[in-house]
Order: sequence, then C-alpha cells, then structure tokens
Amino acid sequence: MKRFIGFIKKEFYHIFRDRRSLFILFGMPIAQIMLFGFAITNEINNVDIAVLDHSKDATTKEIINKISASKYFSINQFIDKESDIETIFKKGKVKAVLNFEKDFSKNLIKDHNAKIQIVTDATDPNTANTISNYVNAILIQYQKELNKNITISYQIVPRTRMVYNPELKSVYMFVPGVMTIILMLVSAMMTSISITREKELGTMEILLVSPIKPIQVIVGKVFPYIFLSIINAIVIVLLSIFIFKMPVQGSLFLLGMESVLFIITALALGILISTISATQQTAMMISLIGLMLPVILLSGFIFPISSMPLPLQMISNIIPAKWFIIIIKGIMLKGVGMQFIWKETLILLGMTIFFIGLSVKKYKIRLE
Amino acid sequence: MGISVSHISKSYKAVKALKDISFEVKAGELFGLIGPDGAGKTTLFRILTTLLIANEGTATVANFDVISDYKNIRKSVGYMPGKFSLYQDLTVEENLDFFATIFGTTIEENYDLIKDIYVQIAPFKDRRAGKLSGGMKQKLALCCALIHKPKVLFLDEPTTGVDPVSRKEFWDMLKRLQQKGITILVSTPYMDEAALCDRIALIQDGKILEIDTPQAIVKHYPKQIYNVRANNTYQLIKALNTYKHNHSTYPFGEFVHYTDSRLNFNPDDLVRYLESKKLSNIEIEKTNPTIEDTFMELAK
Repeated sequence: MKRFIGFIKKEFYHIFRDRRSLFILFGMPIAQIMLFGFAITNEINNVDIAVLDHSKDATTKEIINKISASKYFSINQFIDKESDIETIFKKGKVKAVLNFEKDFSKNLIKDHNAKIQIVTDATDPNTANTISNYVNAILIQYQKELNKNITISYQIVPRTRMVYNPELKSVYMFVPGVMTIILMLVSAMMTSISITREKELGTMEILLVSPIKPIQVIVGKVFPYIFLSIINAIVIVLLSIFIFKMPVQGSLFLLGMESVLFIITALALGILISTISATQQTAMMISLIGLMLPVILLSGFIFPISSMPLPLQMISNIIPAKWFIIIIKGIMLKGVGMQFIWKETLILLGMTIFFIGLSVKKYKIRLE
Repeated sequence: MGISVSHISKSYKAVKALKDISFEVKAGELFGLIGPDGAGKTTLFRILTTLLIANEGTATVANFDVISDYKNIRKSVGYMPGKFSLYQDLTVEENLDFFATIFGTTIEENYDLIKDIYVQIAPFKDRRAGKLSGGMKQKLALCCALIHKPKVLFLDEPTTGVDPVSRKEFWDMLKRLQQKGITILVSTPYMDEAALCDRIALIQDGKILEIDTPQAIVKHYPKQIYNVRANNTYQLIKALNTYKHNHSTYPFGEFVHYTDSRLNFNPDDLVRYLESKKLSNIEIEKTNPTIEDTFMELAK
C-alpha cells in the first residue's frame, strides 16, 4: 500500500509540474463549453435578407413589415431587378431574397392568388432550409389573419409542443456532447500519454525491474486522472447550470455516478492505447483520431444516429460515447431515473470491464 | 549468489545480438563487460535483469532463474540502465524517495550504503534531476539503484559521457560497494576502466572473445609492442601500414603501437624504412601491452 501511495504521489508531481498540460486540462473544458454555447449554434438570428418588390403596394409592405419585425430576419436592402439577385448572393451579404410578383395586391383580391418567390443561398443547406421554413410560417400566419372571417369547413390544425427544450436552445444539445468529449479526451489521452512517457524516457525499464506490481502501476496512473476528470465534469455542469441556465431535471447523484463510470471507461481505453503504442506521439495520434473523431461524428452528438446509413449505425453501437450521451441527456433534460437508463449503463459497464481485462492481459511485464 | 550465464543467444529479427554466451560471476566480484557499442552488452543486461527473454540458453542471478523466478530477481537486484532513466521533473530527493518507497524501504534505512555518494549530490537535493550535470546524474542514478541494498548491481555503461574526474570517483565508489559484499556487473566501452575490474569479459559482435583477470589477459598478448613516434603521425601510420613486415598498427595516445610479424625484429630496420619515407625525429621503444591492444588483437 505504501508503494502505491508513493506512486500516486509521484504522478501528482508530474501533473502539477507540467504547467502547460495542466492549463490545457482545465482551460479546455471552459473554452469548449463557451464556444459551443455561444458561438457555434444552429439557431438563426437576425439573418440579412433582401427584397425585390415588383408591386410596392399595401399588402407587400405589410408582409415586409411582419418579416422584419421578427427577430429572425432583418431586411438589409431593396433591389430593383431580377439580375441583381445573383449579384448580391455573390457578394455574400444576404442569405435570402423575397421576390414579390407584379400587382401582388391586385392579384390577391381579384384572383385570390398572389405569388411570392423565396430565393435562398443554399451554400449552407441547413440555414437555407431554416430560413425558408421561417418565412413560410410568417406567410401562413399572415394568410390566417386575412381569412379570419371566413370559415373553412374542413381544417386540420397542428399544435406543436417542443418538450424538454421548449426554446430549442442548441446549448442543451452541446453540453452533454462537450462533456463527453472532454471526459474522453482528458481521461483517455492523458493516461495513455502518461504511461507511454515512462516507456519513452526509459523509466519503465526501472519500474519493471522493481517489486511494484503491474496493477499498481496501472491503477496508480489512472487514479489522479479520475480525480481531475471528476473536477472537470463538475466544472462543466456548473457552467451549464449557471451560465446557460440549463436545468438538471434528474438526480445530480445519478449524473455523478454515471460520469464516474464513463470516466473509468475512458481511462481503461487510455490504458489499452498505451499498451499498443511505444511513444507519446503514437498514443496521442491514436487517441485523437481513433477516439475523438468517432466521438464527435458517430456518437449522435452532432449528427443524429437514426439518419446515418445502416453500417454506420451499427458501428456507433461500439462507441462508448453514444451510450453516455443517451444517459446524460436522459438525466439532465428528461429527468429520468435508473429504470430508463439501466440498459445503457450496463453496456458501458460491460465495455469498461472488457477494456480493463484486455489491457491487463496486454500489459507487458518485460520490454518486448 | 553471483551470476551464471550459460549458452545464451538472442536475436532481433535478422540481427543476432548475442551468440552462445556463457560466463560466471562469483559472489562479491566486480566483473566488467568490455566491448564497443553494438557488441550486445545492453541486450545481455536486459536478459539478466529479466527485461528480455533469451532465444536459447539459461541464466541465473543470485541463484534465481531469470525466467521462472523473475519476481525474486526484480526484488533483489539494482539496475542502472545506459540511458539516464530517472524522473527529470522530480528533484534529487524526490527521485531517491520514490525508488526507496517502491522497493519497500526508506532512505534512512539504507543511508549507510549510499552515504559516500549521496553527500556529493546532497547540496543539490532540491534541484530537478533533469537540471543536473552528467556526473551528478550518474551518481543519483547509482544512489537510486542502491537504495534497497541489492545483492547484485547491474551498471550498463555508467561512465559513458562523464568527465574523467567523475569517472575516477565513480570507480572508487564501485570498489567501496564491492567491499560491502555487493556483486557488481558493469559494462564499459573504455578499455582503461577494464583494469579496475576483478575479471573482465571482452565482448564483440555478440561473442565473448576472452574472459580473465585484466593482468592475465594482458599477459596472453603474443607479441612485443613498440611505441613508435615521428614528426608526422598521420604519415607515420600510413608508412607503417604499408611496411611489408607490419603485423598491427594502432594509434595510441601520442604514440603508435606497432607489432612486427618477424620473430627476430630489429628496430633499426624500421628506422631506416621510415627515414626512407621522409619521416624524422623517429623514436622506437618497447612497451607493455594494454587491454586495448589485446582487444584489438583478438577482434582482428
């Protein structure tokens, strides 16, 4: 036991004397959560649009007013001819152009049918889609106001309610994702680097020729990072609660326990990486490419798994991050308890035991 | 209680690093492995310290088998690898304390053993190991290898890259450790250090050329060696190498060591030959062979 404590003491010296890594370790979560929370967002706000009004009558003016009154759009400029549409798109100043046909009001009253064209810049397809939906919604609303006094005999009225995130804040989606990334990165990369560093510096040679047991080395290596990762998880949750007003509907204790489980999964992966890589460089590359990309792309953090092709959906099942994201979204947003997430928890637990077993088996008691 | 190596061979893919090595180190002996870089010294150390497994042959250290009893060996030997392998970001004292702890002991318990060495680095005990000079690093590494009072000490090229004064101090320390009953196996590429060992093994290309005491090895040298000197050493070596009775010619300090292939060699013949090659200030005198001469002769 004394040996083990001595070993952990040494690990903490390593961590606290490497100021740069320490700064990254604690700076990164804060920077990432701020970035994802404030800068990177799917929402549209104050998108610049242009108007090409061929009729310039009362109705078009009213529609334009309605659109510019919404917080989503600001009317940036008015153009006079069709050929200008392409020019202003090329300049990149506006994302959409509203094109009112000639005699808009007259057609509406006489033929009960007036046309408006919505041209969007689809270099960014998601934004283009959202813009056209929002404009449509405003137009339908306006149409309803016009038809107020007329009763249509058959009518289907959809009433949409967004539950768990009624304001559709994208930060609700990013917080669980960022937390997963950070815990994965800190735990897996830092441990794999710290074990391979011993190999690279030759100190592993001396550790091997000593009575210290492999299990003591492994646990001694991961222990400090469990501690640091828990601090990171707490910082992320606090930031999301106090800065982004993200509610934690479920039990904080359960959230904590599940996070610890995921941290251990990631640490086990880190040890596994260190057993197959000889240098810090390799360990870092494997952690970054082998872990980060799948975590970002295949875990359902950014891209929904259900819309992926079947083979990728199957691959996503072996990514621990996918299960953890399901778990923490459930706890934080839906407020579910263990009875709804026991399956995911068991999968994570199984993966952890598998990784630890494999790395203990692969740990080399000699140099080759 | 020493070391016993029998018919050890080891290959890395295509390279044969050790070929059928056998030798014995008696308990309490200071045994030197002398050979150039790439001779297989480090591989042999790693096999004996249980870090590598030999392809063929068996070995025991302190009566423990290197394969089946590796755990006991790891408890009872001290190992100082050729590359400086301590924690550079830990201070001198922290390093020593760490190694004492993982061997289940404390600095105080075995302070006697390391006292002579530790007093020299004690003024720097709060300095990080990475910031020490070469000689200091080696002394610290030796302290760390000794802190658990090992029965057998393995030192892989402990003096490579260390200044001559520190090298001498280091060997004095080894002598003192030997008096405390520790068996020491040390490797070095420096031939002058060989004379300080009880017995030495000359090793090259994975093969042992000869094992004996330094004095006996030198005695076995078959020829009379002459120190030759002239005004231009480079021209002198060229001339000696083209001399038809030349047996061997090696630069040695300010002289050239020369041996002749004839039994009835007369130095005057050589003087005349060298003068014909336009060399002047020629001196030729008999000298005693050194281990380096023996090594060069055996490695031929």
